[in-house]
Amino acid sequence: MAEASAISKLMRIPVGFATVLKTLLKKPVTVQYPDEQRPMSARFRGRHHLKRYENGLERCIGCALCAAACPADAIYVEASENTNEQRFSPGERYSKTYEINMLRCIFCGYCEDACPTNAIVLEPIEFPTGYTREGMIYTKQMLLEVPPTGTPATPQVTQPGTFDRPIIPFPAIDSSV
Amino acid sequence: MADLVNLTIDGKAVAVPKGTLIVDAAKTIQNDIPVFCYHPKLKPVGMCRMCLVEIGTPKMDPATRQVVKDDKGVVVIAWQPKLNTACTTPVSEGMAVRTQTTVVSDAREDVLEFLLTSHPLDCPICDKGGECPLQNLTLEHGPGNSRFEYENKQHNAKHVPLGDLIYLDRERCIQCSRCIRFQDDIADDHVLQFHERGRHMEIITLSEPGFDSYFSGNTSDICPVGALTTADFRFKARPWELGSSPSVCNHCAVGCNTTLNTRLDTKTGINEIKRVMPRQNEQVNEIWLCDKGRFVHHYTRAGDRLQKPLIRQNGQLVETTWERALDLVSSKLLGASSVAAVIGDRIANEDAHLLTKLVNSNAKGETRLSPALPASYADLARDYGVGVGFDMKQLGKGDVIVVVNGDVEEQAPVWFLRLRQAVVDRGAKLIVSNHRGTKLHRYAAHIARYEQGMAAQWAAQTDDAALSTEELTKARNVLFVFGDEKLDAVSARGLAQILVGKLVAAGQIGKPNSGLLPLYPHGNTQGVFDIVAGTRHSGNPGVLSVDVAWLVGVGDTSDAPKARFSVVSELFMTALASVADVVLPALSFAEREGTYTSGDRRVQRFYRALPAVGQAKPDWWAVQEVARRMGFVWNFASPAQIFTDLAANVSYYSGLGYEVLAKTESQWPPVGRDDLYYGGTGYENDGGIGVRYASNPSVISAPTLPKMITSMSDLKGPARKLYQTGELIKRSDVMQTHIE
Ligand code: SF4
Ligand code: SF4
Ligand code: SF4
Ligand code: SF4
Ligand code: FES
Repeated sequence: MAEASAISKLMRIPVGFATVLKTLLKKPVTVQYPDEQRPMSARFRGRHHLKRYENGLERCIGCALCAAACPADAIYVEASENTNEQRFSPGERYSKTYEINMLRCIFCGYCEDACPTNAIVLEPIEFPTGYTREGMIYTKQMLLEVPPTGTPATPQVTQPGTFDRPIIPFPAIDSSV
Repeated sequence: MADLVNLTIDGKAVAVPKGTLIVDAAKTIQNDIPVFCYHPKLKPVGMCRMCLVEIGTPKMDPATRQVVKDDKGVVVIAWQPKLNTACTTPVSEGMAVRTQTTVVSDAREDVLEFLLTSHPLDCPICDKGGECPLQNLTLEHGPGNSRFEYENKQHNAKHVPLGDLIYLDRERCIQCSRCIRFQDDIADDHVLQFHERGRHMEIITLSEPGFDSYFSGNTSDICPVGALTTADFRFKARPWELGSSPSVCNHCAVGCNTTLNTRLDTKTGINEIKRVMPRQNEQVNEIWLCDKGRFVHHYTRAGDRLQKPLIRQNGQLVETTWERALDLVSSKLLGASSVAAVIGDRIANEDAHLLTKLVNSNAKGETRLSPALPASYADLARDYGVGVGFDMKQLGKGDVIVVVNGDVEEQAPVWFLRLRQAVVDRGAKLIVSNHRGTKLHRYAAHIARYEQGMAAQWAAQTDDAALSTEELTKARNVLFVFGDEKLDAVSARGLAQILVGKLVAAGQIGKPNSGLLPLYPHGNTQGVFDIVAGTRHSGNPGVLSVDVAWLVGVGDTSDAPKARFSVVSELFMTALASVADVVLPALSFAEREGTYTSGDRRVQRFYRALPAVGQAKPDWWAVQEVARRMGFVWNFASPAQIFTDLAANVSYYSGLGYEVLAKTESQWPPVGRDDLYYGGTGYENDGGIGVRYASNPSVISAPTLPKMITSMSDLKGPARKLYQTGELIKRSDVMQTHIE
């Protein structure tokens, strides 16, 4: 008994070598990330972006529903009030602070679902990386898209009565499309 | 009880007192009939139709006037052909109510569909979202869709400042008139009104400046939608994000129970108070707060809070460590030839107790009360104060309320609301005597006047029939509410003594609802007095000079004792602190635990809601550390242990402890989290309703007529206004324009 098991143990060595030799000749499955990247599904949920309307106003109205929906408690929103002289978003309310802790985020996309204005979107184009924990807390400035070309950044000065509601119908935008 | 009425609601038998409305009767058996315009603290108006139910009464035989019974002997119910409002219909014997039938639920759907025709439904940006009766009831009873076209919604102004504290969103208003009725029926400031009719109906304010009322914040609590928001909390946070800690307002003698809603603020990096909400205590503030209590919290996170201990070196106050500051204070105290602690009436009982204990253990030590603390009569207010069972809600017909030399609305705002109701709604007789007009004069059955500063003389000499011993003896109860406006200490005590004399003469001593009710300047005047009074103390400090003085929570005063070495525990660099030798940073009430004793001797707990600012520490901690350095073996780990020691030393507080004070009891009407739609967004009481300790009416010295004031320069004592400037109110941005 003892001898038989010693032989079978010994036999494992050539089997192992054979596997190594076989694999040496195969094409490797790994890619040289980040120089090389795998194709990503169009609906892959990567890092978040805060979207803007066509006229440059922020979509986010600071409602914190994304934060309420987030199972990882990764989002922190603080709101403040828009004026026509300093308008960030349509309606009365905008997000003064908007932070996502990418280390806590599990990329479930619930925040996207919760958002009443489609402001927060997880896009496959970028992945959150960083060297420090603090650096992994993405601030509003990091998340916010650049304004579409030709539109001013926020805050904007707007005409009274044009953007006093937060949610569509949104005549000013509809006519500009 | 004889006048209980029996009825059935959805087949369930209920017995409620006569006159109860169906909606309240249903609430007692947890049958939640949805309401918008009805509020249990306001008179019903039946405006919104949300509470429609089927109502039936026993069928009567017209010929015999007997109740008709069917073959099985069951009373036949004659159902009213149409639905009726549960909020305006009082119960009657044998009544039957159906709240769960299809007709009723159809009606609820229809009412909600109508209410939402032009409602913006912008819940994501609405401050009420998350604690909104309209939101909740729509989910529960709403139709789920609407036959009205979205495009035809009427758009109205969304940012209408009614005053500088309250904003109106006209679109969200459902015209329930709760706000108007609160202002008319409870605050008696008729500053809100409906304007126009039908689809154009809106809330407007008629006062100049707009919404001019000390109680405006309450309308935002009872508004069933997000139409009324406060300038202070507007867009600050969503309600579900807020932490909540039970607390007690320390601005006046009422001692309103509050809930501090807190949240992290990224600007300062620490938690801060986002809003102060009423915490229900039907014995104290019901579900109300005044605007001072609601909006003056900003000082807790003011940028100029003291963060580190300071000591004087070469004439300059420089930052130091606690170690060095405490070493210095203890060595000075050990070597002092005379020591005094000066204690203000805003600090917690625990702090006052420990400091008193320390100073009195020194043979040369004595405690003194802050000059602002009305020590001259606080013993009378305590010993002849209202009884343990005092309940302002029971004051009514047959009771006499006498307000002498005080302006209740300015000095104890929530007592104003409650006394007014005792008079206007329940028929108590109000006698007001003052040297100037006050709001309570409106309801007075009898008014007396005297010259400024002459309250005591007036009280001693008055031959007013309304105040005669005979009249006061006839009364069911006699409540003397009095203040010290424009009185010096001697006159103030004289006044209190004369009032006590009247109580004794009228045989009104020892009844729960009879006695004195003092209009103290701050939230813990009585508590600090109780603790200090039994010890070696010399009343107000005047200009006595001592070797070492420790001043805690004194604020600013010109007549602090002259000391060779003074230690000041403060929140801010006040004028007094800036001339001190050591300044110790203290914690505000929101950052620590403790107890306060209100003007009617109710001992109440407040809890920690915020983390400390910088290195600031509670006063009791600093006192204990100094004591240890002086050789005392003190090991108080928490205010709870100090309170136990206090209760063992101050006889009035014996039997009290943190556990007893944390007891709650069920309150009517229910408000808060599950009952938002019913009583508003105030918080239910989860921190304890407090305990009133017994008064001690044993000895009364004969009233001594104080020396007559002869010139205006003799006039002492403040004419306190609610919004008069001070270290705390001046740090609240929203209150700036109101400060007098
Ligand atoms: S993707 Fe999911 S976990 Fe990440 S922030 Fe959004 S809700 Fe939170
Ligand atoms: S991203 Fe969307 S859900 Fe989040 S706060 Fe902004 S508007 Fe609200
Ligand atoms: S503002 Fe609020 S409380 Fe006042 S009528 Fe409108 S909905 Fe009612
Ligand atoms: S009435 Fe007095 S205790 Fe109540 S909230 Fe106002 S100041 Fe505070
Ligand atoms: S009509 Fe009864 S609650 Fe409004």
